[in-house]
Amino acid sequence: MKLFRRNLVRLTRAPLPPEAKDDPIHVRIRDLHKSYGEHHVLKGVSLDIHRGKTNLIIGPSGSGKTVLMRQLIRLENPDSGQLIVNGIDFAQLEGLDLAAMRRTFGMVFQMSALFDSMTVFDNVAFPLREHTDLSRNAVRDRVMDRLAALGVAAAAEKLPAQLSGGMQKRVAVARAMILESEILIYDEPTTGLDPITTEMVDELITEAEEMFGVTSIVISHDMASVLRIANQLSFLHEGQIAATGTPEELLHTDHPATAEFIRASRVSMD
Amino acid sequence: MPDAAPSAPATPDKTSKLRGIARDAADWLLQLLLSPFAEIGALFKLLWEAVFWGIRPPYRARLFVEAMEFIGIGSIFLVSLTAVFVGGVLALQLVDGFRDFGAENQTGAVIGLALAREVGPVFAALMVTSRAGSAMTTELGSMRVTNQIDALVTMAVNPVQYLVVPRLVAGFVMVPVLTMLFNIVGVMGAFFVAVSLLGLDPGVFMDRLKWLVDWDDVSQGLIKAMVFGVALTLIACRQGFYAKGGAAGVGRATNRAVVQSAIAILMLDYLVTSLVLGQGFF
Repeated sequence: MKLFRRNLVRLTRAPLPPEAKDDPIHVRIRDLHKSYGEHHVLKGVSLDIHRGKTNLIIGPSGSGKTVLMRQLIRLENPDSGQLIVNGIDFAQLEGLDLAAMRRTFGMVFQMSALFDSMTVFDNVAFPLREHTDLSRNAVRDRVMDRLAALGVAAAAEKLPAQLSGGMQKRVAVARAMILESEILIYDEPTTGLDPITTEMVDELITEAEEMFGVTSIVISHDMASVLRIANQLSFLHEGQIAATGTPEELLHTDHPATAEFIRASRVSMD
Repeated sequence: MPDAAPSAPATPDKTSKLRGIARDAADWLLQLLLSPFAEIGALFKLLWEAVFWGIRPPYRARLFVEAMEFIGIGSIFLVSLTAVFVGGVLALQLVDGFRDFGAENQTGAVIGLALAREVGPVFAALMVTSRAGSAMTTELGSMRVTNQIDALVTMAVNPVQYLVVPRLVAGFVMVPVLTMLFNIVGVMGAFFVAVSLLGLDPGVFMDRLKWLVDWDDVSQGLIKAMVFGVALTLIACRQGFYAKGGAAGVGRATNRAVVQSAIAILMLDYLVTSLVLGQGFF
């Protein structure tokens, strides 16, 4: 099946099947495996990502969170398993079909990964210039609208190195959202940030979800942050999903490793 | 006095240890012997990907112009400066050497030939390696370790097409241009030293140069320059593109890129010369 309309230059996003819009499950991960040599990192991960919700994946360091994130957006190819996005197995796609499907996702990296040789404006305009035929004025209007919505319009002409960590995250979200992606993935968004900036980033994730109606997938081990923003929470332990549910459900789980992780984080719903 | 407990036989343990050491040594030796082939294989794989993505749209003209400006225009001063002194020192040595048997009139001819065929392309390529090659590796390496290359992938932009292809094309085009510049400035430097400082006749210098050096010599140098341009940019991009291990890893990648490029330029120089001259094969 051809997922893309191709005019030799522009890739359009994979079309959304009509029945998929009503499906409360946006992404179905089924029996996902990934090994590096003899090191088996993901040992059959199965997980549902809920449409329009903030889905958090937590777990201790080395549990495979970042590896799972890299498979989710196909930065690496899983050894086996399914990644069903809007009813299409993303894990099986190749070439231009894969590229078209990637436009369903936006990604906010841990260190923001803004292009340091470009201004904030050019960073956010980059996906539009690459994938649309919009005029210069239309690109400018759209970028400035998005920057204004996220409170960083004044920094448009600055370089990423001139911004604080929190502002860089905002610009990264603006860039990830500029093509109106359906799913936004955040990799450890609050790692290394001070408490005030952490709270700002948490608000930003919630704002992005409310403003743009996206499905958010957040990879984190910051439990305080998790409880502030999560609608759905999954605990990744030794390469498998050990527990999943609402934050309240996970706080009262009897799964030993999950309970120990939460106890060690010293957090509660209060 | 109680009997001493019988001690476990030491021989099998020692043998297995020795076997382990021998196996590790064999692995290390095999890796050492095979690693250059693995590196060459990785370079050809990247070249193939660059050709594959280079012929496909979109064509980003701005990136090509920027890469040419960086590799070509940015290297003009360095190439010119080295050319003046290389030409000058060649003149100094040759006039001094040729005077011993009264052949200093041939200085212009020999310098012209040496610059056009060998010194121009090799020195220009080495200068581009030291300035632009190392910078390209550092830039791409930094992009790799800060996830900027991954960010390109997640935005459905092929990083080889976006980052490697423009640099390869720029190397292929601009190193021959810089070679021509090196040849011209090198001759000017040699002319100044030979004529103004060492008293050679200017007419004889230029006449001998025109007599011996023809278009075939210049084109031989330009063919080499094209090969060097692709090789040095390919090595620089490969090392940066696959850099890992943070800032230290980028430093190591840059170091490898410069060393590998210098070796590759000198080895390819012999290979291309053999092919062009049709002799000198093993």
